[in-house]
Amino acid sequence: MRKTVAGLMTGIGFMFACGTSAQSQELTIFWAEWDPANYLQELVNEYEAETGVTITVETTPWADFQTKAFTEFNAKGSAYDMVVGDSQWIGAASEAGHYVDLTEFFNKHKLKEVMAPATVKYYAEYPANSGKYWSIPAEGDAVGWSYRKDWFEDPKEMEAFKAKYGYDLAPPKDWKQLRDIAEFFHRPDQKRYGIAIYTDNSYDGLVMGVENAIFSFGGELGDYSTYKVDSIINSEKNVKALETYRELYGFTPPGWAKSFFVENNQAITENLAAMSMNYFAFFPALVNEASNPNAKVTGFFANPAGPDGDQYAALGGQGISIVSYSQNKEEAMKFLEWFIKDETQKRWAELGGYTASAKVLESEEFQNATPYNKAFYETMFRVKDFWATPEYAELLIQMNQRIYPYVTAGQGTAKEALDALAEDWNATFKKYGRH
Amino acid sequence: MATVVMTSLDSRSRAASRGLSDIKIRNLFIIPTILFLIVFNIFPLIYSLGYSFTDFRASSNAPANFVGLQNYRELLNDPFIWANFAITAKYVIVSVTGQVVVGFGTAMLLNRAIPFKGLITTLLLLPMMLSMAVVGLFWKLLYDPSFGIINYALGLGTFEWLANPDMALYAVAITDIWMWSPFVMLLSLAGLSAVPRHLYEAAAIDRAGPFYTFFRITLPLVAPILMIAIIFRTMEAFKTFDLAYILTSQPTTEVISIRLYKMAFQEWQTGRSCALAYIVLIMVLAITNIYVKYLNRVKER
Repeated sequence: MRKTVAGLMTGIGFMFACGTSAQSQELTIFWAEWDPANYLQELVNEYEAETGVTITVETTPWADFQTKAFTEFNAKGSAYDMVVGDSQWIGAASEAGHYVDLTEFFNKHKLKEVMAPATVKYYAEYPANSGKYWSIPAEGDAVGWSYRKDWFEDPKEMEAFKAKYGYDLAPPKDWKQLRDIAEFFHRPDQKRYGIAIYTDNSYDGLVMGVENAIFSFGGELGDYSTYKVDSIINSEKNVKALETYRELYGFTPPGWAKSFFVENNQAITENLAAMSMNYFAFFPALVNEASNPNAKVTGFFANPAGPDGDQYAALGGQGISIVSYSQNKEEAMKFLEWFIKDETQKRWAELGGYTASAKVLESEEFQNATPYNKAFYETMFRVKDFWATPEYAELLIQMNQRIYPYVTAGQGTAKEALDALAEDWNATFKKYGRH
Repeated sequence: MATVVMTSLDSRSRAASRGLSDIKIRNLFIIPTILFLIVFNIFPLIYSLGYSFTDFRASSNAPANFVGLQNYRELLNDPFIWANFAITAKYVIVSVTGQVVVGFGTAMLLNRAIPFKGLITTLLLLPMMLSMAVVGLFWKLLYDPSFGIINYALGLGTFEWLANPDMALYAVAITDIWMWSPFVMLLSLAGLSAVPRHLYEAAAIDRAGPFYTFFRITLPLVAPILMIAIIFRTMEAFKTFDLAYILTSQPTTEVISIRLYKMAFQEWQTGRSCALAYIVLIMVLAITNIYVKYLNRVKER
């Protein structure tokens, strides 16, 4: 009898031992469903080959990425060990304790110097200038532009353009030229249109698009440290920027009122538009002849400057964070140590990921690797982002509510839309006691 | 009443020989359902009523503070919410009216001896068997101004069904009508086939015209079952989410359930969204009640 019991106990003990060891060898990273997530899976496969730790990159479509991630966080679920979360989540996720504080890790590895400054500021640090870090910049991203080189370089078009506008047809240097070129190529009778811009108001598409204009026109969304928005969000510059964005909407293909990254890449692949706004992360698909029949004649440029020479772009991209409710935090930490190594970052860039490592970004090798890497490098050092406060989602929806009817349907004026938005934001900040 | 409905267990049956009584069998069937309802419907319903008086946010660890009627007060004073309700009302009226006209009309056409009647009826029922999300994605392609087949077939050029703020809601309603008219048709068909033949024969003998026959015989006799179809469709249309969410993102198509979804799962204003959900629930109950009263009156006639 005693023997049987002892045998059973050993068996159970063995089972537990196996169970825990098997668990610690597996990690799950949660991200949105897009190409970079596939590149990350390839990268972590190499980690598995080195260490034997299996890592799965689990994905979900962008439209419910935020909802799914926060549902899991709110339920304190341990399904994901790490998450590559959007930059504006950081306030909400850190204040609610969903993310592990990585300040010590950050300082130990001097990541503030290793990674490009903008990525540290927007993906990792919260609150602004606090020296507290919650994630490791993983996928750098910003908005850039693709254009049809064959349309731009057609001698007849060049001649006609010069005759009409008095300067040479080339990738635009400022927003006025952007507007002129969009107008020039807008020919609905030929089923060719001037420009593709973001207009989707279900998440941050439209807001990102408008941010490109606002930041380059020298405007800001507000003072991120004092929460002051009056005469910042509704400043003269922002009104001009929004009016220009509305004007550009007039040169988009028909029905362009719910477009985001998928539609904007289609504008190039389907011969719809001369120029198209999109995140750099979606450009690999445009140089691939399998996904873009016009791959050979597609060019790229950085977001042009505004009337006063300011040149900024809206930030996309994500940092990787460890979820507080994970049962494998130590193992996840080890993975991050591997992830930030220079070799890993270099390999990450080779696979198609947009590294945030300053050293890799500055290398000749990286900048010449693709037709858009140089524009990406230039852009990543002048990017700005949306509010990262925990109530960012309310701010985002309010901005969508106010500017969408103006941009897509011309209801009211830009000034009215932005004045109303300033009021909404003030009310929201008052509600959360931010002032 | 219950004793009339419930028949006694046959004493020779296998269940009886195992010592099961009617009551035991009844409980066996009903208790799991009741438990399920309590756990998944009643409990959350009451729990969320509590939340609707707080500023609770599921996304934070902050404790919920009691704020009284503040959520309700603010929601009912929010012009955007009122716009959402107005849009929903417009949508319900357009969509349900369309479904009744099309559905009842088709049922009238089918309610006669025609070849392949069974096959035609089955084929007409297909739309409502599809998933809402799939229908939404299909119609988004059909409506596309550049390559959509609707503009091509109607010769409308690049008419913007979904990007035009005035048209978008109607476009969503048309899709809903396409999808759910078969449901109204099915119920109407059942009602129509139950109208006794001899009434029509009597009307024919009296030389009643087709309009007179329709308004005095067909409609009154089908009305109760048609009312049931309308009740179901109104409740569903009031709660519409998928179609409108997938097809377009116009502010003019932001029905109340989309606003509710955004408030609850994008903004994580859990307390306030509970309050909004209660306002919607009360409205649906009120509307349904009016219908049911009317239905009872129709049945009495």
